[in-house]
Amino acid sequence: MGMGVGYAGRRLLGAVFVLWLSATLAFFALKLTPGDPAQALLAASGATAEEVAERRAQLGLDDPLLLQYIRYILAIGQGDLGRSWLHGRPVGRMILEQLGPTAELAAAAMVVGVVLGTALGVLAAVRRRTWVDTLATALAVVGLSTPTYWSGLLAILLFSLRLRWLPATGEGGARHLVLPALVLGFSLSGSIARMVRAQVAEVLGSAFVLAARARGLPNRRVLFVHVLRAAAGPALAVTALQFGFLLGGAVVTESVFARRGLGKLAVEAILWRDLPVVRGVVVVGALAYVLVNLMADLLHAWLDPRLREETG
Amino acid sequence: MIEWTAPPRRPLLRQPAALAALIWLTLAGGAAIAAPVLAPAGPLAAAPERSLLPPGPEAVLGTDLLGRDILTRLLWGGRWTLQMGLIGMAVAVGLGLPLGLTAGSLGDRVDVLLMRLVDGLLAFPGLLLAMAAVAVLGTGLTPVAVAVGLAAAPPYARVARSVALEVRAQPYIEAARATGVPPFRIALRHILPNAAPALIAFATTQLGWVLLNGAALNFLGLGVPPGTPEWGAMLAEGRAYLREAPWAGGFPGLALTLTVLAANLLGDGLQEALGV
Repeated sequence: MGMGVGYAGRRLLGAVFVLWLSATLAFFALKLTPGDPAQALLAASGATAEEVAERRAQLGLDDPLLLQYIRYILAIGQGDLGRSWLHGRPVGRMILEQLGPTAELAAAAMVVGVVLGTALGVLAAVRRRTWVDTLATALAVVGLSTPTYWSGLLAILLFSLRLRWLPATGEGGARHLVLPALVLGFSLSGSIARMVRAQVAEVLGSAFVLAARARGLPNRRVLFVHVLRAAAGPALAVTALQFGFLLGGAVVTESVFARRGLGKLAVEAILWRDLPVVRGVVVVGALAYVLVNLMADLLHAWLDPRLREETG
Repeated sequence: MIEWTAPPRRPLLRQPAALAALIWLTLAGGAAIAAPVLAPAGPLAAAPERSLLPPGPEAVLGTDLLGRDILTRLLWGGRWTLQMGLIGMAVAVGLGLPLGLTAGSLGDRVDVLLMRLVDGLLAFPGLLLAMAAVAVLGTGLTPVAVAVGLAAAPPYARVARSVALEVRAQPYIEAARATGVPPFRIALRHILPNAAPALIAFATTQLGWVLLNGAALNFLGLGVPPGTPEWGAMLAEGRAYLREAPWAGGFPGLALTLTVLAANLLGDGLQEALGV
């Protein structure tokens, strides 16, 4: 791609730093949690005080905090997220098992959101201050404001219970993915549309667009060749920032449609105070977010050579 | 077909959408405060013989499985939901504003250090961060409100910083610095007042985010105890008998959506009115 090592290297270093910070914050935040995990684990079986103490030692909870922290960071570096207090299974494995359905939903919703959001944003920018703009902007803010746990119920009510077109809950094949992806994608499209509109409007006002039009290029060609290409990079970068929203949204959407996935895993872990699992989901969520943004940054730099010169 | 001019500045009273949003928020807040007067029976008054009545003369918005009146529960639920929104927003602003203002006003090394921290926090997907905070703080309305507030603080700090940086670049700040006004005095007396419009507008938008995600945690069962008339929790309850009584979950969802929408529209309207 001819990209300087400098830019990519800096971005990579930044990503590693952010990951380390996330893992560290997750460690200390959950250390602040009141209650004795060993006791919580054994409470149901009516364990004696000696058994609890033995379990504490086994889990390494009696070691100095710094030692526990170093052990934790080293383990994460090797992809080891610890063991679930509730099930005794490796957290990494538990997350991997649930990653598939969540990734499937997130990817499908991303496609819906990007297509719908880009279309709305471009339409609104090109037809500024007409009813098209008003309508597209209104749709965008409604999408942004509607909880997926409400629009999801409405979608189930209409398409599953009344019209009987699509299954309401569960998973298994593309038919089960349609409603959740549409619901989550719609809520995502709102923020994408706003950003695309702003980007396209800015490019439309720039000198090179004026020059292209002065050369007599047809409006359509100016829009599709010059404007959209120039707006794509920034729009891509801000869309990647929405990936965090997408992950959170996927958690809720999974619950609405009773789908398997990271959401169900996280909610159950929080309710049972299975902290290694909570921590694992948070760290993996941060990892996914950082990777997506890193890729978007690099793609953005590839689209826009000026960025590669940027320092800092 | 293609044109571009700077966005016009319009007072709030001349923006129908923002005005409607302000009216809705006032009504919702007033109804929540007046709930004991408007619906004296209370949100927990059950009547088994009135189970799942559809909306009509007997119950304006219908009843739920236990025969509890949906409108009554909505009015009382506003107390929970809006309180959660206000606490969450206060936490977000209370943490984000000092952080962002310090970074933006002092600049240099302080700025780099604080913003690295904020960026690290921003790498957590917002709702996941709030869920992790709930895991630490425990369940209940206040923990949920504080959790979403914590999750909303990093983006608020980012905005506060960028606004402060913008104001800091103005000649009058430079003049103040040149005459030896101490940095913290510049931040509080010169930068803060001039950054206020943008900060208020973004805080309103954050209210929408806090409401949406706080209610989501309640919907997931991580917040208020079952049976609480909080809007998100009501939605979760209504889901169980969606086919028989769509109104039980439908109306709380509508109330929540309208309130979040109002917060977002008001935030946009304020931005336009204040020219930020």
